[in-house]
Amino acid sequence: MSSLRTRLFIILVAATSLIWLFAIGWISVGTKHEVENVLDSRLEQAARMVSSLVTSNNVASPSDDSDSAHILAVPNYERQLDCQIWSLDGRLVARTRGAPSTSLSDSKAGFSERLIDGVTWRVFTMEVAGKGIRVLVGDRLGIRKQLVADLIKGLLAPTVLIIPLFGFLIWASLNRGLRPLRSMAFELQGRNADDMSPIEPGKVPTEIRPVVTSLNGLFSKVESARQHEREITAFAAHELRTPLAGLRTQAQIAIATTDSTARDTALSQILVAVDRTTRLVRQLLSIAKLDASDNVRRDGYVNVGAAVEEIVDMQPVRDHRIHVVVDPALDETFFTANHELLVLALRNLHENALHHMPRGGTVRWHVKHDIQNTIVSVEDEGPGIPEEELPLVTNRFFRGRHKSASGSGLGLAIVDLALRANGASLNLANRTDRLGLRAEIIWPARSGYFQSIPTSASERERHGHIQLLPLRGFGAH
Amino acid sequence: MRILVVEDDPVLSDGLQVGLSLFGATLDTVSSCADGRAALALTEFDALVLDLGLPDGYGLDLLRELRARGDRTPVLLLTALDEVADRIKGLDAGADDYLGKPFDLNELGARVRAISRRQSGRASPLLSCSGIVLDPAQISVTKNGESVSLSRREFAVLSALMDRPGTIRSKDKLEERLYGWQEEIESNTVEVHVHNLRAKLGRHVIETVRGLGYRMRVGAS
Repeated sequence: MSSLRTRLFIILVAATSLIWLFAIGWISVGTKHEVENVLDSRLEQAARMVSSLVTSNNVASPSDDSDSAHILAVPNYERQLDCQIWSLDGRLVARTRGAPSTSLSDSKAGFSERLIDGVTWRVFTMEVAGKGIRVLVGDRLGIRKQLVADLIKGLLAPTVLIIPLFGFLIWASLNRGLRPLRSMAFELQGRNADDMSPIEPGKVPTEIRPVVTSLNGLFSKVESARQHEREITAFAAHELRTPLAGLRTQAQIAIATTDSTARDTALSQILVAVDRTTRLVRQLLSIAKLDASDNVRRDGYVNVGAAVEEIVDMQPVRDHRIHVVVDPALDETFFTANHELLVLALRNLHENALHHMPRGGTVRWHVKHDIQNTIVSVEDEGPGIPEEELPLVTNRFFRGRHKSASGSGLGLAIVDLALRANGASLNLANRTDRLGLRAEIIWPARSGYFQSIPTSASERERHGHIQLLPLRGFGAH
Repeated sequence: MRILVVEDDPVLSDGLQVGLSLFGATLDTVSSCADGRAALALTEFDALVLDLGLPDGYGLDLLRELRARGDRTPVLLLTALDEVADRIKGLDAGADDYLGKPFDLNELGARVRAISRRQSGRASPLLSCSGIVLDPAQISVTKNGESVSLSRREFAVLSALMDRPGTIRSKDKLEERLYGWQEEIESNTVEVHVHNLRAKLGRHVIETVRGLGYRMRVGAS
């Protein structure tokens, strides 16, 4: 049953009816008992009265025939009551008109019941020894039952009328009582799907206030999630549309110009824009994937040095030289991690370092250990990040003052997310020895890392380890 | 026509610089609000193409500043945020037009011409004076119905003069129209272009006002 009102109505009406029925049962039992008491004492009184009226000589003159006993005329006496007077020697001395000629009772004294000619009698017997008589007064049980039944009927009649009235009153009160609930439902129903404004808690009853409170909480949560999503979408739109606009403009120039130098320039600009857009799309997909994955399985056994080397090898060819130096100790550093996410973090850190590098600079990868953590760091020789921007750079689409031309504002956000999913963290600081940024992956010992070199050569190969070299310089040509 | 582009994306900025010069405009590009502010303080531009999301602030703030100090330079907003609400906000902040990214280069050129035309109080897209008709959209000039071939710089000088016939244009102002900051200004260059224009259009078309500059002679044949 889905309607609260119908449910309450049925429960209330059923309960009320039950109570009424119970009351009627109780009243009828009680009444029957009471009526019997009253009628019994009437029998007794009547017997005493009759016995006091009888004189002994009435009894003394015996009649010839027992059937011709005196018919007692008892004027104005209840027709239901009948009386017999017997002499102690068993003669019927007198009887009322309705009384049978056979004895109403066999008992010598007190109350008794007897079936005579299909009629059950309730009889009170009283012996008057002094006068030599026995007085029997009785009434018919059927009449008693009739009396009780009439009384119950009198009670039932108003009940039958009252229950529908009750039903109506219950229905009306329910309607009134549930009005705040209905008006809230109406308000929610009439809401615009975008309307996340809270429901006024002042005008709702205390019983549904918790519902309203949690609804309001939900509204605000949904609203902030939607706001966040809208911001991300707007940023993504901006970040994608700008390179697309650049692409389009350069393509139109390439078509429109007659100058071959201008056309070549436009085409190479198109390449730059395509590269940047590709990277941006890749990063957007990474972010979306990171957002979607709640539980990351850290089931890989990653050699950090090998992973960095692979990233360096795949580094895009650039026209300016950037040196990359990888600490050989990294080849002996193994993390228990989600391979894909760790590589994603490493690659974005590396790309971030490259993007801010001046011509001829050196990117350095290092590793060090302390009691709690293994710290893998990458240092560049770029402009660094202004101190006030440091806490902001891991926000999505944040691009600070020292942004690179091809940056998307997503790289460090991806690193941060990917490391956190692995139970590690990112620490950014400006270098103190010279201009540049130092990014540290802080890998807690409990997150699982191995410093030992796998013993057998076959094992090394399995982990993608290629070779161990002293400090090397990679020139990206 | 001299246009300032404030856009931080290098590829797009380069595209605008090259693309709009194809329409005969002289371009200057900057990539931040601060540089834009400095450029506007230094030079008078015929139009400003403004991106909204800039590294050191919002383009709208720069626009409001500009309007607050009474600068009437026509402004076209160029942005990736092209929701209706954003457009309304931009136009209400004092922009003359709005174009969402990505856009068509030709449309951008036409819109820039339109807003600068409105700025100079003309309704007709063609500039005409003394039988000379200049079409900024086609970058073409006719004299008495016959087509005249002009170089890009000559066209720029002529359109600056014909923008308000009868008004005197100083040599410095004309130079400003011809060269962006990145370009080296050649000496006597305005004189050379005026000389060439006179040769192609007729001796008396451009009048020299000694010590002040040049102007179109209204009513000359």
